[in-house]
Amino acid sequence: MLRRTLLLGLCRGPLGRGLGTHRGGSILGKVEGRGGYRGSWMAPSSSSVTFRTQDPAHDVKTVGRLGGGDRDGKMSEIKKKIQSILPGGDWNPLYDTSHLPPESSDVVIVGGGVLGLSVAYWLKKLEKPRGAIRVLVVERDHTYSRASTVLSVGGIRQQFSVPENVQLSLFSIDFLRNINEYLAVADDPPLDIQFNPSGYLLLASEKGAAIMENNVKVQRQEGAKVCLMSPEQLRNKFPWINTEGVALASYGMEHEGWFDPWCLLQGLRRKVQSMGVLFCHGEVTRFMSSSNLMKTASGEEVNLKRIHEVHVKIDQSLEYQPVECAIVINAAGAWSGQVAELAGIGKGPPGTLQGTKLPVELRKRYVYLWHCPQGPGLETPFVIDPSGTYFRREGLGHNYLGGCSPTEEEEPDPGNLEVDHDFFQDRVWPPLAQRVPAFETLKVRSAWAGYYDYNTFDQNGVVGPHPLVINMYFATGFSGHGLQQAPAVGRAVAEMVLEGHFQTINLSSFLFSRFYSGEKVQEHNII
Amino acid sequence: NWSRLREDWRKIEEESLHLVAPVWNGGTRGIGGLSRVVAPEGNQKKGRSLLQFLADRFYDVEALRDHLLRKRVSKVHQKNRPFNHINQRYGPYVAGAYFILKQGGAVRFQGREWIRPNQRGHFSLDFLKLQAVPVEAVDASGCAINYQGLDSLLALKELQSLWLQRCPHVDDWCLSRLHPLASSLQELSLAGCPRVSERGLACLHHLWNLRRLDISDLPAVSSPGLTRILVEEMLPSCEVLGADWAQGLKLGPEEQPRDTAGPIPA
Repeated sequence: MLRRTLLLGLCRGPLGRGLGTHRGGSILGKVEGRGGYRGSWMAPSSSSVTFRTQDPAHDVKTVGRLGGGDRDGKMSEIKKKIQSILPGGDWNPLYDTSHLPPESSDVVIVGGGVLGLSVAYWLKKLEKPRGAIRVLVVERDHTYSRASTVLSVGGIRQQFSVPENVQLSLFSIDFLRNINEYLAVADDPPLDIQFNPSGYLLLASEKGAAIMENNVKVQRQEGAKVCLMSPEQLRNKFPWINTEGVALASYGMEHEGWFDPWCLLQGLRRKVQSMGVLFCHGEVTRFMSSSNLMKTASGEEVNLKRIHEVHVKIDQSLEYQPVECAIVINAAGAWSGQVAELAGIGKGPPGTLQGTKLPVELRKRYVYLWHCPQGPGLETPFVIDPSGTYFRREGLGHNYLGGCSPTEEEEPDPGNLEVDHDFFQDRVWPPLAQRVPAFETLKVRSAWAGYYDYNTFDQNGVVGPHPLVINMYFATGFSGHGLQQAPAVGRAVAEMVLEGHFQTINLSSFLFSRFYSGEKVQEHNII
Repeated sequence: NWSRLREDWRKIEEESLHLVAPVWNGGTRGIGGLSRVVAPEGNQKKGRSLLQFLADRFYDVEALRDHLLRKRVSKVHQKNRPFNHINQRYGPYVAGAYFILKQGGAVRFQGREWIRPNQRGHFSLDFLKLQAVPVEAVDASGCAINYQGLDSLLALKELQSLWLQRCPHVDDWCLSRLHPLASSLQELSLAGCPRVSERGLACLHHLWNLRRLDISDLPAVSSPGLTRILVEEMLPSCEVLGADWAQGLKLGPEEQPRDTAGPIPA
């Protein structure tokens, strides 16, 4: 019996590789030899495999040997096969499935960026008992080449006008400060996210001064450390600023700055893997769901949908795996709108709840890195001009990162991540040079482009379940400030999934239903 | 036999603690990763791999190691708790002074001598009378003060001189908290702090009254000479003691001087 299974294991070796998942292999490998001979595998007498052909006319004779000389390699291969056959291995008698996601998973998170991993982390941290929930993260690009997280400038601030945004940011900065307590993995070195606590400096013209004062009041109420500065104080503190046109400035003294998002992503990934979350390198292509016609308390009929299966297509292959799931979390960033459409969100007559799409779409933004030897020094905060242009210091060598958000009319085509250098010349450089005269002589060193998961409705995030597709939860649409709110949003979504309501921060104003009811949560400070 | 078991238990605890990053051990070995923990004795190495071997296979051992790690961290937190009852009864100056003395540092009230704890950590409680006398100087060298612990220090509004030499838990976040002392602080020493980098030094520009700043021997600063120049430019009226500007430059006829500009990200 054991010998037979060993033979099978050995047989699978050269033949079994490359078989697709939906093709079965026969138990006895049949090989078509030349001249129509039928051969079959026979018991090998030594570590090499021999072929025997059965020709009715001739005597049985060996035709060839496979891999005769490579003794040690064969031994290790045999050992590996035995290990995979024994219980606990991933050997499937029909085909090799080690690259596929599991057949079922309690929670499937679509998107492995900072938001998706944050949700996975908090789900595993807040679950009771330990190991109760099986979480699968599906990410189609494990190099993160187009992910918003790693292309981000990495800033974090509390200077928002919506109180929930301030709270989210405060929680996240607390998380980042204690990151080595939250994301500690035994035997691995501690994380250094390279946080620069230099603060944000928002400048306001005459028109925006009143709004800025209001905002600062709200921020101080929530606990942010922001101070208001007059143009004269600004000139004293930062002599390199030209305060023409600036009526008021708000400066974050603590808890604001910028950090390395890649480090946060890797830290989350490492921790989340150590907590037992499964990763799959694939793309979600389909949701299989079922509908139920139900009546609300007031008697109207509603079609409630429930997703049962997620079809995950493996990268660079045609095969897919249907994953049975209980909950789906849409954290696909700039592509969340497409994922929501797959689930049937927005398929209905416009103006109804069924017809309300998820208004998150890709928007391309450019970031430029330039060098200016006479530029502002070590104390440079993250400066945001009233025109929308922003810049910050990068490193110690008088390099600066910056950019500007284009207006609706000049939105670039998000089809690719090519950089438009004319945009810098026309739209970014003039306001920069006006605000900081030293930037009149600068040299652009490099530039890149990234996507915003832009919420066209009100540029704030969507968090929580969909009212009709009852087991899809959103964690997306943050339009450029997703990275700085990711730890807090992850916790909020995990609480929603596990408890059914928000516990630490109340994000009820960020639910999906606001797109139908029209209640905008407008932010006045988005760059 | 009991004593032998106790010894073994303590050895296991110490070995597991060696697996924790060096900074948590209170040593100033720099922010190197765990891979830099070099166990000189042979049996320590064996002990570490045994614990690792067990932790890979048994959840209980992994949970034990997590627990020991958390205990270590909570010990530091415990040391940095605020003394609210002292604050309410005697005022912020006395509470701050008590906090520093309890940590093992020294305090000087205005017009008085330095108060230091002796070798066994005991100090006289005479200063409890000095409720209205501001604290002028604090020497917290080598103390386990961290971000939370700074609460007690920031209440000392007339603090003129703060020495945080070789504090293992003082990092960039702590430096960003020092701005409330801007109007009084004239002398600050951060020499030898393993976690302070140039990013934290950038937020010292709030301290406009600073006259003496010591930033020598900071292992986490990437280019000490360049950082010193930039800090001097940032604080023009302050005397900065730090690395020599030529430090980091490899001078010699056969070697080229190293480019002092910071690394440019791709």
